[in-house]
Amino acid sequence: MAHSSSSYEPSTGIEKWIDQRLPIPRLMHDQFMAFPTPRNLNYWWTFGGILTFMLVSMIATGVVLAMHYVGTPERAFDSIEHLMRDVNWGWLLRYTHAVGASMFFLAAYIHTLRGLYYGSYKAPREVIWILGVLILFMMIATAFMGYSLVWGQMSFWAVTVITNLFSSLDAVFPGIGTRLVEWIWGGFAVGGPTLTRLYSLHYLFPFLIAGVVVLHIWALHIPGNNNPSGIDVKSPRETIPFHPYYTIKDGFALALFALFFACFVFYAPNLLGHPDNYIPANPLQTPAHIVPEWYFLPFYAILRAVPSKLFGVAALISSIAILFFVPWLDTSRVRSTSYRPIYKWFFWAFVLTCIALGYLGSQPPEGIYLVLGRILTAYYFLFFLLVMPVVGWIEKPKALPGSITESVLGPQETPVVAPKPAPRRRAPEPVA
Amino acid sequence: MADSTHVTPAQFPLPEEEDPSRRDVIMIAAGGFAAVGLGLGLWPLLDMMNPDASALSMATTEVDLAPMAEGQAITVMWRGKPIFIRHRTKKEIEEAKAVPLDDLPDPLARNANLPDDAPATDENRAGKDREPWLVMIGICTHLGCIPKGQAIGDPKGDYDGWFCPCHGSQYDSAGRVRKGPAPQNMAIPPYAFLSDTKVKIG
Repeated sequence: MAHSSSSYEPSTGIEKWIDQRLPIPRLMHDQFMAFPTPRNLNYWWTFGGILTFMLVSMIATGVVLAMHYVGTPERAFDSIEHLMRDVNWGWLLRYTHAVGASMFFLAAYIHTLRGLYYGSYKAPREVIWILGVLILFMMIATAFMGYSLVWGQMSFWAVTVITNLFSSLDAVFPGIGTRLVEWIWGGFAVGGPTLTRLYSLHYLFPFLIAGVVVLHIWALHIPGNNNPSGIDVKSPRETIPFHPYYTIKDGFALALFALFFACFVFYAPNLLGHPDNYIPANPLQTPAHIVPEWYFLPFYAILRAVPSKLFGVAALISSIAILFFVPWLDTSRVRSTSYRPIYKWFFWAFVLTCIALGYLGSQPPEGIYLVLGRILTAYYFLFFLLVMPVVGWIEKPKALPGSITESVLGPQETPVVAPKPAPRRRAPEPVA
Repeated sequence: MADSTHVTPAQFPLPEEEDPSRRDVIMIAAGGFAAVGLGLGLWPLLDMMNPDASALSMATTEVDLAPMAEGQAITVMWRGKPIFIRHRTKKEIEEAKAVPLDDLPDPLARNANLPDDAPATDENRAGKDREPWLVMIGICTHLGCIPKGQAIGDPKGDYDGWFCPCHGSQYDSAGRVRKGPAPQNMAIPPYAFLSDTKVKIG
């Protein structure tokens, strides 16, 4: 990024001294203050900043929780109760961390759907999108491992069921799946060795996520932000500096989000959890009704919709992995769904499908729930495999505005923008 | 630095007679050794996750069956896994025997005391010469839940056996999967009857 023209002016001697040696202030100034950002970003673009806040808050509360948590099957559950009752502010830290996982996923899903709606995965932003899907995968792994540490009934059986997913490989390579699961467990059942390794990895993964987030933002700052019109920035007049314009906007959105977050932490900290997880783990009794946390329910519904162990697992993994291919599945040349009259309907049907699958995942897998689960699972995949390529091909998009300025202010008498495309400016986003 | 960029390769000619492939050999050999070294260094990091010696020391469990009346079932622990022992009724045995092998989703006995290809007949599932007794690992072969059917009042599914509450798999009175997503019959652990009323698992 050094080759871009920098507006950074070190004013003091110390700043000059640092600038010649490790120009971090210059990097921060160019990337997070002066960075040219499309002037028409809406509030859906604030979730990148919110997600950054959530990652930092999860790491901060997590590090403190780890000072009180004991990762052994005998003491894990009790150490958390001890934290809740005896440790100063333990209840607040733990609820912030537990509810924080839900808020993190909520923001991540909104952020992903925003990218999907506005075509933020299309050239030249494919790598940003792929890194984002990678982050989502790592978040899922981290959340799953963190949930297991509570060592309540839901924790224990979630670990049992999810690790057993790998034994489905037995159907392809007999014996390998079982060996793999025993390797993951460090025994012949979920037990002490399993808990300690989940704890170790749960501590590691957030830092890996932070690393990929840096790459995600780096990749974003090469082409700059997409915007609600999906049109490229054509003139410097269509951008504004990230600071103060978007730091203010992101900050305002973050404050509202934090308020929403706080309502759960202070007034309904267990609303999003499952009461069975306040029963200590019992390896001899499976709870009558195992359900994952709400943010995994759509995937759980997809797993259960398929009546075969191997293909159920394959469908579960594919349901997220398919996102990696979205940049090439979507054949439309128009980025923003706002200008796609046919695709728009399919897109919102997809959003409703995800929500409905979430509901079905919380219900027992029988009767009408199973039938609906299968229909919606079919649509989930058809949306990517059929709708994206075919609709993009047959659809006639609405006329695109001539520029970002026109998309906001309507057609201009005298073009505000020079008709010849100026060299594309770089633009940022509030941290993707 | 600036001047050095003007150095042309011609100033450092390769000796004509030297075969460049000798360098390739050195590069490949060095890279190969490094890869083997990396692999050797990585292996302990991976293998340490496998079941350790204490888990492998095949703990055995002895169970006294004398107090078990016909129709009763108990659950004991072996290697951290629940073992279902059921003293089956005549009706349950006959039901299990009446099932044609073709009706079974998994035609293999999955009995650690028999060859791997033994068919899933009732006699291959039950105790040898002790057909009322069924001893098996009480873990659903789908995703590892503990099926219901041990306690009085538990749902037993449509086949007088076990019903897994997680994803609805159903097992018959010989522990064979009959319905649902489970791919295999519940496994029979290695075990032996030490006397008429004592069984050793493991």
